[in-house]
Amino acid sequence: MRSGPHFAWHRLAAMVVKEFIQMRRDRLTFAMMVGIPIIQLTLFGYAINADPRNLPTAVLSQDNSSFSRALVTALQTSTYFRVAAVAQDPEMLDRMLARGEVQFAVEIPTGFGRDLMRGDRPALLVMADATDPAATGNAAGALDRIVQSALTPLLDGPLAGLAQGQPPVDLRIQRRYNPEGLTQYNIVPGLMGTILTMTMIIMTALAVTRERERGTMENLLAMPVRPVEVMIGKLAPFILVGGIQVLVILTAATLLFHVPMVGDPLVLAAGLLVFIVANLAVGFLFSTVASNQLQAMQMSFFFFLPSILMSGFMFPFRGMPDWAQTIGEALPLTHVLRVVRGVMLKGNTMIDTWPDIWPMLAFLGAVSLLAVMRYRQTLD
Amino acid sequence: MTDAPAISVRGLTKRFGDKTVVDDFDLDVARGQIHGFLGPNGSGKTTTIRMLCGLLVPDGGSGSCLGRDILTEAWEIKRRVGYMTQRFSLYEDLTIRENLDFVARLYGLDRRREKVDRALDRLGLAKRSGQLAGTLSGGWKQRLALAACVLHEPELLLLDEPTAGVDPKARREFWDEIHTLAEGGMTVLVSTHYMDEAERCHRIAYLAYGKLLAVGTVAEVIAHSGLSTWHVSGPERRIGTLARDLASRPGVEMVAPFGATLHVSGSQAAALAEAIAPFRAEPGLTWSEAKPSLEDAFIHLMAEAPAQNGAPSR
Repeated sequence: MRSGPHFAWHRLAAMVVKEFIQMRRDRLTFAMMVGIPIIQLTLFGYAINADPRNLPTAVLSQDNSSFSRALVTALQTSTYFRVAAVAQDPEMLDRMLARGEVQFAVEIPTGFGRDLMRGDRPALLVMADATDPAATGNAAGALDRIVQSALTPLLDGPLAGLAQGQPPVDLRIQRRYNPEGLTQYNIVPGLMGTILTMTMIIMTALAVTRERERGTMENLLAMPVRPVEVMIGKLAPFILVGGIQVLVILTAATLLFHVPMVGDPLVLAAGLLVFIVANLAVGFLFSTVASNQLQAMQMSFFFFLPSILMSGFMFPFRGMPDWAQTIGEALPLTHVLRVVRGVMLKGNTMIDTWPDIWPMLAFLGAVSLLAVMRYRQTLD
Repeated sequence: MTDAPAISVRGLTKRFGDKTVVDDFDLDVARGQIHGFLGPNGSGKTTTIRMLCGLLVPDGGSGSCLGRDILTEAWEIKRRVGYMTQRFSLYEDLTIRENLDFVARLYGLDRRREKVDRALDRLGLAKRSGQLAGTLSGGWKQRLALAACVLHEPELLLLDEPTAGVDPKARREFWDEIHTLAEGGMTVLVSTHYMDEAERCHRIAYLAYGKLLAVGTVAEVIAHSGLSTWHVSGPERRIGTLARDLASRPGVEMVAPFGATLHVSGSQAAALAEAIAPFRAEPGLTWSEAKPSLEDAFIHLMAEAPAQNGAPSR
């Protein structure tokens, strides 16, 4: 019986052989299937670190005693903290924290050393940017021990009594912007950026590829229309789609997850608009490069994975080595996460968010230019 | 500018990789003419048409369409040329009217609605204007494609095998429409495989293996081939064996059966007469000297052309 009615090996073999031949023909797809895992394995394997160290810290020291100097040194040697800035007043400290320039701010009050020696238990204020609880958790947890070990060697002779009993310092840790350390405060705004990245890129990545596959590209090219007109025309409807997605996610964020909206929604809208257009441009660029829809999808995922893993969405941005942070800084998702967290949780203004908006604008400009250059006006 | 020939190209050459698809191609098409463009599959017809309307950049040669340089003024050419692709290339997920509206907007036509309505009426598509283009049959798709590419009233119409796979009645109507357009002053360059369509053209050009082999009116092309043809009819059984007998004779270049009639052709009239002489007296066979058909002439031209590897149609 060569041909069974239900199942026949020779028919299965025919299908398998055909599929292998077709897979081998599509060289780019094949290369991506092998190459992408290798790149990603090495990239993410070295980049991702769930226990961030060397977190930038600003210090405002209003006391010049051996105790305060010992504290600062201890923070530095703990490897959790890296004293990156010295503030002149509390306002400056607040600003640096709000703009995300530092992860921690330490305030040593006037008369710290004097009060300590008197046994008055002076306050030591440590403020953490807790928008991403995962980024600050370990460092904050180590603070008690760090302070203890910094001061103990100094507490000898007449001060030996202070080393016993209650800690000599009243350590106050403030979890700014997210006092309860709720992860959804971080995850929900982050998801907005991630969902937008995925949908915006995939939708436009197919835009030109589909025209090419369906044969409508030839007709389009034969008519007088400029590449930039095609590009903007194809992106425009998706800006609206992106806007609707933002509204849906924001509604869910406030109603279901009770994420606060401290800042101005208009600032948020401006940041998200730039971000949406930047992602659409990436998708359009992919669609001018890909020769079929499968390739376009693969390229989208190739862009999507580093975006979620290296932007600070899934893992703390400052946990990554410098080279990985540089890559991360190039990704629009990195910046939009800061804008969304900054506006929603910290109440950042347009001026505060500008350092994260211009990199997205630069990215958008570069990608658009590349896409328009790549868009072929002939069939050559 | 309006006196410039519709098409005038010299030495047009296009290579894909190491394959020369169009080789040193010259063509002149006067205004208002219907110019047929014939040749076997992969002869470079589509490539030539694409070079004329700026979709492909020639590797060599020069020329103009409607007085505009095909190398530097592709944009101007696109505005004044209508190009109907071989494969249906309008949007299948748009309705007939939406497709026409899209084209009309792209060309920035004034009184768009009126023009779209008129186009729908003229092509008899008015009642189906809300139908998705993808659900149309082949003949209707082809009508829609024609309506779309004449909407901006182009001076030159480039049609790439517009009637492939279309039934005879629809083909007839399509050609009537083309003649109407030409009477209105439009120049038409149309590629086809059908001999009856070629005969409806004012002039024809024959391309094989990327080279232009003949150009002129139908009569001129046939005469130019220098072919002599005899028709012989007889009993069906004998015709089959006779075809084999004749094919092996010197002087006979082509033997093609048409039912119970054979078309026997050769380029040397005397040699052909000598070759068939032994069979002339055979009882049951009726011999007559005939005018070679256009098809005979083309097959002859193709056989004579330097055989190369046929390049794929692109």
